[in-house]
Amino acid sequence: MSEGEMARLMEEVEEKKKLIGTIRNKPWRMKRRLVQLREAQQFVDKFEGALGKGKGRKWYAYKVMMTKKWIKFQRDFENFRTACIPWERKIKEVESHFGSSVASYFIFLRWMYGMNLVLFGFTFGLVVIPEVLMGLPYGSIPRKTVPRAEQPTAQDYSVLMDFNGYCKYSVLFYGYYNNQRTIGVLKFRLPLSYLMVGIGTFGYSLMVVIRTMAKNADVGGGDGGEGEFTFAWKMFTSWDYLIGNSETADNKFASITTSFKESIVDEQENQKDENIHLRRFLRVLANFLITCSLGGSGYLIYFVVKRSQDFASRDDLSWYEKNELELIMSLLGLVCPPLFETIAELEDYHPRIALKWQLGRIFALFLGNLYTFLFALFDEVNTKLEEEQAIQNASIWAMKEYYANYTRLLNDSESTPPPMDPSDVIRGPCWETAVGIEFVKLTVSDIQVTYLTILIGDFARAVIVRFLNYCWCWDLEAGFPSYGEFDISGNVLGLVFNQGMIWMGAFYAPGLVGINVLRLLSSMYYQCWAVMATNVPHERVFKASKSNNFYMGLLLLILFLSLLPVVYTIMTLPPSFDCGPFSGKVKMFDVIMETIDLDLPAFMGTLFSYAANPGLIIPAVLLMVLAIYYLNSVSEAYKNSNLELKKKMQMARDEEKNRRNNMDSTNQVMKDLEDLMPNQSLAPPAPPPEPEKTPEPETKPVKTKPGKGVNLQKDVALASPNPGAQRPVSRPPGPRGQGPGAGPGRGRGRGVPPR
Amino acid sequence: MSSSAHLKLTSNSYHSNSCFFSLQELTFLTKQEILLAHKRFTELLSKEEKDLPNTRVSMERILSLPELKSNPFRERICHVFSTSAHQDGSLTFEDFLDLLSAFSDSATLEIKSHYAFRIFDFDDDGTLDCGDLEKLVNCLTGETDDTRLGPEEMRQLINNILEESDIDKDGTVNLSEFQHVISRSPDFVSSFKIVL
Repeated sequence: MSEGEMARLMEEVEEKKKLIGTIRNKPWRMKRRLVQLREAQQFVDKFEGALGKGKGRKWYAYKVMMTKKWIKFQRDFENFRTACIPWERKIKEVESHFGSSVASYFIFLRWMYGMNLVLFGFTFGLVVIPEVLMGLPYGSIPRKTVPRAEQPTAQDYSVLMDFNGYCKYSVLFYGYYNNQRTIGVLKFRLPLSYLMVGIGTFGYSLMVVIRTMAKNADVGGGDGGEGEFTFAWKMFTSWDYLIGNSETADNKFASITTSFKESIVDEQENQKDENIHLRRFLRVLANFLITCSLGGSGYLIYFVVKRSQDFASRDDLSWYEKNELELIMSLLGLVCPPLFETIAELEDYHPRIALKWQLGRIFALFLGNLYTFLFALFDEVNTKLEEEQAIQNASIWAMKEYYANYTRLLNDSESTPPPMDPSDVIRGPCWETAVGIEFVKLTVSDIQVTYLTILIGDFARAVIVRFLNYCWCWDLEAGFPSYGEFDISGNVLGLVFNQGMIWMGAFYAPGLVGINVLRLLSSMYYQCWAVMATNVPHERVFKASKSNNFYMGLLLLILFLSLLPVVYTIMTLPPSFDCGPFSGKVKMFDVIMETIDLDLPAFMGTLFSYAANPGLIIPAVLLMVLAIYYLNSVSEAYKNSNLELKKKMQMARDEEKNRRNNMDSTNQVMKDLEDLMPNQSLAPPAPPPEPEKTPEPETKPVKTKPGKGVNLQKDVALASPNPGAQRPVSRPPGPRGQGPGAGPGRGRGRGVPPR
Repeated sequence: MSSSAHLKLTSNSYHSNSCFFSLQELTFLTKQEILLAHKRFTELLSKEEKDLPNTRVSMERILSLPELKSNPFRERICHVFSTSAHQDGSLTFEDFLDLLSAFSDSATLEIKSHYAFRIFDFDDDGTLDCGDLEKLVNCLTGETDDTRLGPEEMRQLINNILEESDIDKDGTVNLSEFQHVISRSPDFVSSFKIVL
C-alpha cells in the first residue's frame, strides 16, 4: 500500500471513529443508528490492524488497545458517578408533583450539601483529627481544661446548650488548639494547617461557585434580551415535561392560559399611562417606608448586641435574655420579608420586576443585619483585647505567687515546683472562641426557627385547614388560609445566607462546618416530606428565568462579603495570648513567615520576599486590569458582529423572496445601488459570503476537514434549504458531516450541554 | 434491514456487556437508565409477549406510564418516535430508548430542538403553520372550553408568534427558525426532560 493510500485510509478510519463518537447526536431512528454503528465499527476494526504495518506496528496496536480501555473506563466511571448521586428518586417525585422550579431548590440544596461535605472533609481531616490523635489530651494544659470556677456547672444541659462548659473547651472551637509548631511523630504542623485550611475553605468555595456559574451561563445563550421572544418561548418552552401528576398538570394548564391572556393584553395596552404622578409618589413612599424598616432593624440588632454584652457580666439570666440576640435576628428575618411584600403592593409593578425588588430588599435586610451583628461583635472583641492585657499581668503575678508559696511551704528553694494545675491558671478572655460561640449559637437558632416555621406555618396550617374545614363557615381550602405554597426564593435566600454565616464562622469554630452538614442532611429529608405533605403547586407559575445564575451570583457576593471579616482579623487583630494555634504570635499570619524561614530552603525565602515586593505586585494588578478591559472589548466586538450577521441573514432572505416574487427590491441599499447602475440588474450573491471565523458564541467551531459542510438539520429533509443558516457553510451541503460533539454531562442539574 | 440490526435484549443477552456498550454509544442514557427503561418496558408487556423479540407495544399502553399520562403532547410524542408501518404510535423497545434518550438530561440542544419541532408539527409537513400553532395552543390551554382562548385572542397570539420567529416571513416557522428561537431560551433544556 502506497503512502498516499495509507494516509487516505487513516483519514477514513479517523472519520469513522468520529462518527462512532457522535452517533447519538444524530436524530435518526435507532435501527439506522445501529446499522451505521456496526458498519463503522467493522470498518475501523478491519483497517486499523492493516494500518499498523511497518515500523511501530506493535506500538500502534498497543496505543489502540489502551485508547479503547480508557474510553471504557471513562464510561464506567461516569456511570458510577451518576449512581452515587443521592436523592435522585426523591427529587424526581417532587419534580413530578411541583414542576421543575420547586425541584431546582432541592437540587441547589443537594449541591450545597456536596460542597459542605468537601469543606467538612478538609477541616476534619486536616485540623480536627490531627489535634485529637496527635495533640495533647483534654486536661493537660490550661487552654484545654474547664477552669475550676466553672467546673461544677460544666456538665449542665443548659450550659452545654449555650456552648459553654465542656463544649467550649473542646475541638469545636478555636481555643482548644495548641500552638506547638509540630505535633506527633509525623511532625504535623498544626498551626500552619489551621491557617491554610481556613484560607483554603474560601478558595475551594470560590472555585466551585465560579465553575457552576460558568456552566449555567452556557445555557441560555448569554445576551438574549429579556423580552426577545416572549410569545414564542411561552408557546414552545412553557410546558414542563417532568410533570407526572394530573393535578399539577391542571394547574399548569391554568397558569399557561392566564399567562397567554395576560401577555396578549399587555401587548395591546402598552401605554397604560393612568396616573403617573400618583404612581411615582406611591413608589417613593414605599421605598421610604422600606428604608425606614431596614434602618430600624439594623438599630434593633445593635441595641440587642449591646444589651447582650451587659448580660454577659450578670449571672441570673432567664432563657430569653440569654438567647435574645439570636432570637431577634431570626425573627427579623422571618417578619420583614412579608412586611416588604405588603408595602410593595403600593408600587404596582409587573410581577417579575416586583420579585426582583423583593429579592433585592431581602438581600439588603440580611446583609445589613449580618454586618451590624459583625460590627457589634468587633466592639466586643476590642473590649476583650483590652481586658487581655490586664489578665496577662494578673496571670504572671499569680504564677509568681504560686511558686513563692510552694517554695515557702516546702522550705526548699532548690527543686523546681510542679506546674500549676491547669484548671487553676487564670485564663484570658479568648476572643476568638467567643466569636466562634456567637456564630454557632446564631446558626443553631436559625436552624430552630426555620424548622419551627415549617412545622407551624405549613404543617399545622395544613392540618387545621384539612380538619377544621368540616365545621367552618367558609371554605378554608379555597378561601383564606388554604394550603401553603412552597416559597422558593425565601428558602433559597435562607440557604445562601446560612452558608455565608458558616463561611464567616468556620475559621473560629471548626466544628461549625460539621453542624452545617448535619443541618443540610436533615433539611433535605424534612423539607422533602413537608413539601409533599403540606404544600400545593403554585397557582402562578412564572419563572424568573435566569434565576439559576442569579442565586449563584448572590452566593458569590456573600462569599466575598464573608471573606472580608475573616481576612481582616487574620491580618490585623492580634491573636489571644493563651488560646488557639496562634497564641504567642504577634499576628496570625506569622505562622507562614515562620514556616518559610524554618522549613523551606533558603532560596524560597528570598523568592517570596521578592514576590511580596510592592514594585512587583502593582504591575501585576495593572496587567490584570488591562486584561479585563481587553476581554471586555473583545466581547463587545463579538456582540456587534452577531448583530451584523443577523441583519445580513434577514437582508439575504428579503432579497430572495423579492426575487421569487419578481418584485422590486425593498432593500434601500440595494435600491440605491441599482439606481446607480440602471442597465444591469443587481442580483445578490446566492449564499452571502460567510466570514472565516464565526464569532457566534453558541456555535462550536467545526472540526472536520475543510470543504465539508456541517448541517445537522440537513439529515432530515424537513427544512426548506436556508443558505444563511446558523452554521458556517463553505459550500452547499455535501455528504453528511458531523455535528458538534456531545459532552459527557450526566446527573441532574449538572448535565448542561456544552456549547 | 437484516434481523441482526435489531438489538437483542431478551433475558439471555440482557447482561451482555457489549450490548450495553453499544446502547450507551447510541443513546445519551447511562447503564442504569437503560436497565430501568427495560424493566419498565417489560412491565407493559403481557406474559406471551415477553418472550418474543422486538415486540411492539400499543400507544394506549405506553400512555399509561405516569410520566406520559399528564402530558398534553403524549400522542404526538408516541407518533414521532414510532417506527410502526401503520402510523399507530406503537413503540418497540428501541423506539422507547430513542424517546428516553432524546428527553434525557444529557441530550444536546440540537437533538431536543429537532424532536420538539417534530412533536409540534401536527400535520407532519415539515413546517409549523397556523394550523399547527393553533393546535399547539389548544393543547397547552387544556381540555375544557372555559380555559381555551377565543378566536380573536388566538389570532392575535399566532400573529405575535409569527412576528417573533418567522424570519423569512413566509408565514410558517421552519426547523432552522425554530432552532434559532429555542436556542436562546434558558428554560427549554431543563423543561424538555422526561426521566423514569
